[in-house]
Amino acid sequence: MATFKLHVNGKTREVDVSPDTPLLWVLRDSLDLAGTKYGCGIAQCGACTVHLNGEAVRSCALPISAVADGKVVTIEGLSEKGDHPVQKAWEEADVMQCGYCQSGQIMSAAALLKKNPAPSDEEIFTAMNGNICRCGTYMRIREAIKKASAMS
Amino acid sequence: MEIIKTHYNRRSFIKVSATAGGGLVVGFNWLMSSCSPGDEKLGGLALPDNWFDINAYLKIGNNGVVTIYSQNPEIGQNVKTAMPMIVAEELDVDWGKVIVEQAPLNSEKFNRQVAGGSQSIRQEWKALRTAGATARRMLMEAAAQQWNVPVTELTTENSTIKHSSGKSIGYGEVASLAATLEMPEEIELKDPKDFKLIGRPTKNVDGKKVIKGEPIFGLDIKRDGMLIAMVVHAPAFGMRPKSVADSEARTMPGIKDVFIINSFPEGVERQWADVSAFPELVVVVGTSTWEVMKAKKALKVEWETTSKPMNTDEYDQALSALLDKKAETPARKDGNPDEAFKKAAKVVERTYSAPFLAHNTMEPMNFFAHVTADRAELVGPIQTPAALRTSVSRVLNLPEENVTVDMTRQGGGFGRRLYGNFGVEAAVISKRVNAPVKLVYTREDDMTQGTYRPAYKVKYSAALDKDNNLIGLKIRGVGILESPVFANRFPAGAVDNYLVENHSLESNITIGAWRAPRSNFIAVAEQSFLDEVAEAAGKDPIDFRLELLERATTKPVGERNDYDPARYAGVLKLIREKSGWNGQKNGLSRGVSAYFCHNSYVAQVVDLEMKDGKPLIQKVWCAADCGIVVNPEGAINQIEGCVVDGIGHAMYSAMTFKEGVPDQSNFHNYKLIRNSEAPREIECFFVENGIDPTGLGEPGLPPIGAALANAIYSATGKRLTTQPFAQTDLVNIERM
Ligand code: FES
Ligand code: FES
Repeated sequence: MATFKLHVNGKTREVDVSPDTPLLWVLRDSLDLAGTKYGCGIAQCGACTVHLNGEAVRSCALPISAVADGKVVTIEGLSEKGDHPVQKAWEEADVMQCGYCQSGQIMSAAALLKKNPAPSDEEIFTAMNGNICRCGTYMRIREAIKKASAMS
Repeated sequence: MEIIKTHYNRRSFIKVSATAGGGLVVGFNWLMSSCSPGDEKLGGLALPDNWFDINAYLKIGNNGVVTIYSQNPEIGQNVKTAMPMIVAEELDVDWGKVIVEQAPLNSEKFNRQVAGGSQSIRQEWKALRTAGATARRMLMEAAAQQWNVPVTELTTENSTIKHSSGKSIGYGEVASLAATLEMPEEIELKDPKDFKLIGRPTKNVDGKKVIKGEPIFGLDIKRDGMLIAMVVHAPAFGMRPKSVADSEARTMPGIKDVFIINSFPEGVERQWADVSAFPELVVVVGTSTWEVMKAKKALKVEWETTSKPMNTDEYDQALSALLDKKAETPARKDGNPDEAFKKAAKVVERTYSAPFLAHNTMEPMNFFAHVTADRAELVGPIQTPAALRTSVSRVLNLPEENVTVDMTRQGGGFGRRLYGNFGVEAAVISKRVNAPVKLVYTREDDMTQGTYRPAYKVKYSAALDKDNNLIGLKIRGVGILESPVFANRFPAGAVDNYLVENHSLESNITIGAWRAPRSNFIAVAEQSFLDEVAEAAGKDPIDFRLELLERATTKPVGERNDYDPARYAGVLKLIREKSGWNGQKNGLSRGVSAYFCHNSYVAQVVDLEMKDGKPLIQKVWCAADCGIVVNPEGAINQIEGCVVDGIGHAMYSAMTFKEGVPDQSNFHNYKLIRNSEAPREIECFFVENGIDPTGLGEPGLPPIGAALANAIYSATGKRLTTQPFAQTDLVNIERM
């Protein structure tokens, strides 16, 4: 066990966990930020996507020791009131079915749009292919990304 | 307008607790409701100070805010929006003032609390309407009393009661009085043409919570003193743990206990939902998920074989052998099939097969349980809460009334959560460690201990006469533990000489319902085959199907035909018109398919081109007949999801086994469809016929694989018969 100081959603939080603990489980178990989801644990499904220094990363495959003083943003910190353009677009396009994959989808989409405010279809595919949705909401995910792109 | 007697399920409308103050209830359940603290959902209205229980389905606040309970598990099929919409329609309430709350399991109040078979809307349609209409009537009677006018002079609109004199009063203002009134004997239901909310595209009631990442799923549960439990099951089907060496795991940080359980001990009566190949499990309990995951890896378990571990190849050969075997008794026989084949001018024959599939809900199996000396509290994702209560009560030897089951929002179901073995396991573990416990499966645990869609094969043979009429059809279906064929579905009833035979194989690999069970395979086979037969007959594939349906309408063969040929033909005609079937294709290749299951009819056309041997699906056209469409937004989302899911599994997914060990364990070796592989566009159309609604969680899935295969055939000249299709080399035969 070791103590780590983390910068999450604009706050500094201290946790005492073993250094190999993936950021995902630190968020979910230690910091009560359960919006970041577990889907595979091996960086294959995207459910656990968060932003590390503005980049979309899979928190299930990122040991806490590697986060260092990086800035982490989770779905809970994307906006204060759930009104980030991507969140608004997601609601407007009524994307979700079961909803479980959607925080990961939203975080991947938000990171994409930050870098590339008007992505092409191909760029959307490249950014979003790492996020599985078993419910098959891919059509609406694309539509929502375009909506969000038009909003910002 | 329809007058109905409220005797129908009267227990739902009688107040359960005769609280002082007449139906006044306290408390509000944030976790289970669609509303978050500080939410603006209620059009600026705050939560009411007082709630008044009107009946089992709803309570009304003194300020007019209404809570409607959604009785069925929400697994992504969107009943948590659609079912309350039906109540709200008859209640004539302003949807903006409605909070939806997931009801816990309560078999006293509700008829059926199951997510399965696409039945929620169909089976509860009447009860939900009655609930809303009864409450509306009670509110009107309360207003009539207050104003001292006859109730016949009152009307309602948008949460307001109006008198013919022009005065009006809000629901909230009469709720306390309404809650004390006797339930009316008779109520009026609206004429469907007066529906305002039903038929209006309405957004998912949990949408806001989901986009904010609120902890609403089973895996998100956290309680004081709660421990995390994980299980290790045998590596192969046909094995169980013999002993466990746990000395290293026990010394690891955060680990509380390691032990072996039997979640379905000998002598406990099993029911249909109690499917588990691995009732005996090694359990690790600790304080955090990661610590328990690590400790699992440090265990040294000795396993023993209890039945022969099987290989996929062996199953494949055994199923093929069964395909050549006549059944002693056919599942259905009309006319004289053998004679028809003797007389045939042309015979078409084709065998289709598909592999085992895992459910792979994105939220792996998990459950919370807190078992004390005489009670068990269970909370989590389950499609069959009542069955889980029964299983837990049997296994723990507790009376059913001492077992409660609450449902969280569920990260997918697809049939996996019909079988609540994980809930029983959580209860057994909680009892053993004497603490509240959340049982969590890793993805690997989830994928390798499934209740899989079994492997199937089916052989179709068609006899055409010299005029290209279909005079005979033979279908022989085989599968693991069940045949995929529904003997009385289309084309039964449309062919004079018709034979269905079924065989199945025993297996120690557990199987279960997987989104549109059996239909998910047989529709693909049947609709691919009909395409081929149409071609052999020199007929357009839609015309050919319509001819058969015409025959089934005018002169049906046999009596037990499980479909309405007119509605079936209806979706085909609609898709023909909407897709411009006979017109331009923009250089794309097309395929059509139609199927009826779970009481709804769906026809689809796929437009695609081949790129490097892979289908690039430009557009999928869908026509559905599910009667009245309660929520078009949700309905379209379901069909889109079914299309994507159906294409994905037909193209890419498979579970295979070697010596009983699953070859696939996570998403690196079990492929699910990705964003770029989904169609570029899907467009949905609905038949408008005013018939009572049926479900859409499943019916959009079965036909799509055939529309895809038929379109690929039209592009490449290659008939795809073996799923997953992506394993067939389409580069070298491509003719485009
Ligand atoms: S849980 Fe991290 S990518 Fe799947
Ligand atoms: S919405 Fe269910 S997995 Fe994506």
